[in-house]
Amino acid sequence: MDGWFLAELTVNGALTGLLYSLFAIGLVLIYKSSSVPNLAQGALTMVGAYVVIECGRRLGMPLWLAIPAAMVLMFALGLTIERVALRPLAGRPIIMILMMTLGLDIFLRGTTMAIFGGTSRPLGLGVSYDPLFVGPMLISRIHLIGAGVTIAVFLACVFFFRTRIGVRLRAISDDYLASWSVGIPVERGVGLSWALASVAAVAASVIWGEIQGVDQSLSLLLLKGLTVAVLGGLDSLLGAVVAGIILGVLESVGSNFLDPLVGGGSRDLIVAAVLVLTVLLRPHGLFGRHEIERI
Amino acid sequence: MFFRQSGIRHTDYITDNRLFRIPADRNLALLALAAGLVAPVAMPAYHLNSFLLPWLIWTAAALGLNLVIGWAGQLHLGYAALMAVGAYTSVHAARFGLPWELAFVAGGLLAAVIGSMFAVAALRVKGLYLALTTLALQFVMDWMLSHSPWLTGGSHASLQAPTLRLLGMPITGEAGRYFVALGWCVLVTVFLMNLRRTGLGRALVAVREKDYAAAILGVNSFWFKIVAFATSAFIAGVSGAVLVVTYYFLVTPEQFTVNVSIQLLAMVIVGGLASIIGTYLGVALILLAPGLINLLFAQMAGGLGVRFAPETYAHIPTAVYGALVIGFLIVEPLGLGKIYRNIRDYLLVWPFDQMKK
Repeated sequence: MDGWFLAELTVNGALTGLLYSLFAIGLVLIYKSSSVPNLAQGALTMVGAYVVIECGRRLGMPLWLAIPAAMVLMFALGLTIERVALRPLAGRPIIMILMMTLGLDIFLRGTTMAIFGGTSRPLGLGVSYDPLFVGPMLISRIHLIGAGVTIAVFLACVFFFRTRIGVRLRAISDDYLASWSVGIPVERGVGLSWALASVAAVAASVIWGEIQGVDQSLSLLLLKGLTVAVLGGLDSLLGAVVAGIILGVLESVGSNFLDPLVGGGSRDLIVAAVLVLTVLLRPHGLFGRHEIERI
Repeated sequence: MFFRQSGIRHTDYITDNRLFRIPADRNLALLALAAGLVAPVAMPAYHLNSFLLPWLIWTAAALGLNLVIGWAGQLHLGYAALMAVGAYTSVHAARFGLPWELAFVAGGLLAAVIGSMFAVAALRVKGLYLALTTLALQFVMDWMLSHSPWLTGGSHASLQAPTLRLLGMPITGEAGRYFVALGWCVLVTVFLMNLRRTGLGRALVAVREKDYAAAILGVNSFWFKIVAFATSAFIAGVSGAVLVVTYYFLVTPEQFTVNVSIQLLAMVIVGGLASIIGTYLGVALILLAPGLINLLFAQMAGGLGVRFAPETYAHIPTAVYGALVIGFLIVEPLGLGKIYRNIRDYLLVWPFDQMKK
């Protein structure tokens, strides 16, 4: 095994991992404020990509306008989902909430497919497919751009949590009863976090839609995003970024060694193994803070 | 009306602990059983085969899932993987030459062993993290099935199930297969109905309500969680095998993916946690309603002269199924079982609704 090849695997793995982080940030935003694991984030990402495409196609917007427009629409969708579906379930057992997000996932996927059909469409971001050469390493341009977007979204979130509204959200994630008693509108805060997660889903959908085309498979990012979020700690944004890099590198380098042994496709196995091991060994993840109920 | 409670008094523990405390319940159950027994004669073969038979088998499977979620209170998102274990084990055992009776049991037992391994995770974490672990294990199982050619023939292969023979008789007719499914479903139902009356059932409920309170009362919550997982896995394994041998006739890895796990979970939730009649109704709704609504939609579109792409029709059932889950969770989180119970409670005291129920 040659050193440059390993370096290339590592760098590309880390970049792909940062794209998983972009997805996981949406999960973390919602979990932080309301302790709801949003299993519909994959479907939201898929919806986001279709909204971007339709803004461009039906309304004739150029892409630089279609993406912000899609973000506004998805912001509204996130608020609606929280208001209609999640708020009535506040205080219900976790199984009901999990099932609700699963139901939302199924519903959003089914509706989107029924309206737009299942054929894969290009997003048309116009990024060149020629790889960048760094020494003898080949690096994908779109992955590099995506990694940049992830860092930008992460920094935006960090700054956002220092603003007045952001401090409210942090208070809610700290202790929602205490926030309630000092007059912070908790419901509105939770709604806002759903809206922000939907906006983050648009960012993820544009990058991933460019990489693999816009179709139902965008919603399959859920398992990887969930693994990243759990590994980093479900309520830690920094954790999501770090864990994304770790998972990406593990997946890329590990599958390179494992694939010849098991006959291909070991990426998914590595992801599932990381998820199981994290939950068994360190359920609160690398940077997570929430107490895990144990027996 | 039919559920008159007057004159029914339970004066000792034995009568109070009877399977049916009100004769009307027993009569209803017997009526349903009789309807099930005459169905092959009374129903067209097409309906019997494509609606009633899958309904019964999925109900048996969903009851097993309800045991672990509704009675024992443990989340489980990897149930379909255990059905796959049962299905593959029994088909392989039967191809090897084992009689089907033993093959079913072997499938159930291996599923129970693997289900108990899932439970090892349950003993370390609870709630969300348990759900995530079982979900990950489901993915591991999916992966194993599609990447083990010696077991399944690979991702796009299928394995033919040998002809079903029970007690020396080959079962090839539609009615015969139906009775196998009915028999298994009735067996599971009777087991779960009796759960309430046994120490096992009460221990499971105690663990569900508060596991350390149960531990203080001397209920070993560790042990009963394993028992719950293993029992439900046994039911899953045999249901998977029955499903394959009476309905699919061949077994492929795609039959038991994570979507099936989610569908079973939806059946349990829509039906109602820890409700037997609810599970029957929930399975019927999740299995049949999406197709029926799609049919209705197609007719309406035809009537209005609007035409949709075939893909639209292909995905409407999914959307309807999602909407059903969302709608139930918002409107009646306790599911169809609760609605049934409300009606029953109303009839119990009709026309004197103001009396204590």
